[in-house]
Amino acid sequence: MEGLIAYIDGIGWWSPGVPDWTQAAYLLRGEEIAAPDASAKPAANVLPATERRRAPESVRLACEVAEQACAMGARDPSALPCVFASAHGDCATTDALCATLAAAPLETSPTRFHNSVHNAPAGYWTIAAQCRAPSGAIAAGAGTFAAGLFEAAVEAHADATPVLFAAYDVAAAGALTDVVGSRAPFAAALLVSASRGPHTCASLHLRHESEATAPTAAPTRLAALAATNLIAAALPLFAALANGEETTIRLRNGAQTMLAIEVRS
Amino acid sequence: MPSRIAPLAISAYTATSALGRGRAAHAEALRLSRGGLRPNDFTDTPLACAIGRVDGIEREPLPVEFAAHDCRNNRLAWAGLAGDGFLDAARACVARHGADRVALLVATSTASIEATESAYRELEDGRFPARLRIPALHTPHSLGVFLEAVLGTRGPCLTLATACSSSAKIFAQAERLLRLGVADAAVLAGVDSLCGSVLFGFNALGLVAPEPCRPFDAARCGISIGEAAGFALLERDGAADAPRLLGYGESSDAYHMSTPHPEGAGARLALADALARAGLSADAVDYINLHGTATVKNDEVEAAVVADLFGASTRASSTKGHTGHTLGAAGILETAITLLAMESDLVPATLNGSAPDPLCGPQFAFANESRAIRVALSNSFGFGGNNCTLAFGRGTVH
Repeated sequence: MEGLIAYIDGIGWWSPGVPDWTQAAYLLRGEEIAAPDASAKPAANVLPATERRRAPESVRLACEVAEQACAMGARDPSALPCVFASAHGDCATTDALCATLAAAPLETSPTRFHNSVHNAPAGYWTIAAQCRAPSGAIAAGAGTFAAGLFEAAVEAHADATPVLFAAYDVAAAGALTDVVGSRAPFAAALLVSASRGPHTCASLHLRHESEATAPTAAPTRLAALAATNLIAAALPLFAALANGEETTIRLRNGAQTMLAIEVRS
Repeated sequence: MPSRIAPLAISAYTATSALGRGRAAHAEALRLSRGGLRPNDFTDTPLACAIGRVDGIEREPLPVEFAAHDCRNNRLAWAGLAGDGFLDAARACVARHGADRVALLVATSTASIEATESAYRELEDGRFPARLRIPALHTPHSLGVFLEAVLGTRGPCLTLATACSSSAKIFAQAERLLRLGVADAAVLAGVDSLCGSVLFGFNALGLVAPEPCRPFDAARCGISIGEAAGFALLERDGAADAPRLLGYGESSDAYHMSTPHPEGAGARLALADALARAGLSADAVDYINLHGTATVKNDEVEAAVVADLFGASTRASSTKGHTGHTLGAAGILETAITLLAMESDLVPATLNGSAPDPLCGPQFAFANESRAIRVALSNSFGFGGNNCTLAFGRGTVH
């Protein structure tokens, strides 16, 4: 089989100072955007206020972009299977948990522990959205975005249903900074369908390549943003989507494989 | 309701847990109703509880070519791969189908966090000690990176980490990849190892029992944490006697991060979808290996769901009293136990209890029972309200 086609019905985006896909599209096309407020936090309005206070940054990020993608595609999130993907999970939670375990393990915080599971965003999201559909949480190192997008497309085709895909990473924290390269939060979401619909804005033909090819480089002026974490490395795909460009983007997948993404309108 | 799927062959499988290494050790322990739990001898800070520990992992570093991946979780994976000739079977499968056509789906809840915990205990001026300054050891995908290096697969490869349902859900992922023709075979791995995060984390939630866990007992008071490595090889066509994956169902509770839905709404959806994909009704089910963690809430909800949906001819038990709750590895470990039960016509006991919860219906087996098992289910319900039920059948020749 020659890969899968993922139809994109909605897009979500959050990076520091660029709080949604509309602003991101301006940025990716090289147009002026409002002076970014880099200190702003993801709104994550889908979460009830009490949950939003308890939720770690990764959950707020993931829920924010997930909600944006659903809204753009006019989809009720309660019926959508969802795939969340993160290379490193919530680094601040991991840092705090490991520091407590080293110093006074019996003082481990129950809330911090439940926030530490990789499927915390999927859990908070399905609760907030009242979604009983299947939910997944994926990690695949530098291939996390590609693996998550492909899994969402597989689910969409296998069960003929739209699937919500949200990928996020937050900055490394504490001593983890030694071994985790993430330097800022970044998240993006795609609402993926197996067939073209009224909200389809692009189609992505996905296939794996195992020959030695290189990932598509981000435009020079955006290279710093693309380097902030492993999810932001998918920036060239979003640049193509923002520009309505018909092109092939390669994202790192496994140790020796790429995900080739043919972007079409 | 999802439509019926074509059964997939489980061409090879193995498990390593507190019950021992490989299928024969597990079959023997199940036959003798011999549990593998012991008093906690893992944490430096005392924590009164029972654990399901795999002996000897500390003394078994990885072979030198994989030294960069050395950590407890990958050691446990390596020990597990040696069971029942699985490594050879998986490599032969890669050679047979071609590396591009074999998916590698790995499941874990905490991966190599134990290595990260070690680094924090040994911080030098706030920095990781040099021997642990290895990025690949401090990522949730560490198991996938290690196994990809060991097996040489080049098909889709990812880590699925939905807490306690993780290694059940990779069976569902594999079915979809094979049905869509994206891959011709899938190597499935579920590995979770003991670490401070889960022992002290579940303890903080008040969910760890001071004594060996007592699933479905009236006086149950929490889980015993265990570690395990389980592997399975799935193909469209397999030997006639290979057991089959008949169906799967996945759902979310949409209720609470660490408490199941009180009426088991998500569990019921997962069960219904698994039966629908298998094309079976509830009365065709001979045995259910329950999630049965021995928390007050899980067992209460699961017992009610079983009593509601199944007749007395369906037997049900939890083997968490044998192995402990192996978290991200539980789905695949209990798949192995379910397949062994099917092969040996044995309904395994539910250990450690003295008085069953009155909520338990006539389906519950508290002692071993000898009976033919043609169709079996395995339940895995996780943190965050993440549920998965798998349905298995015998090979066409038994």
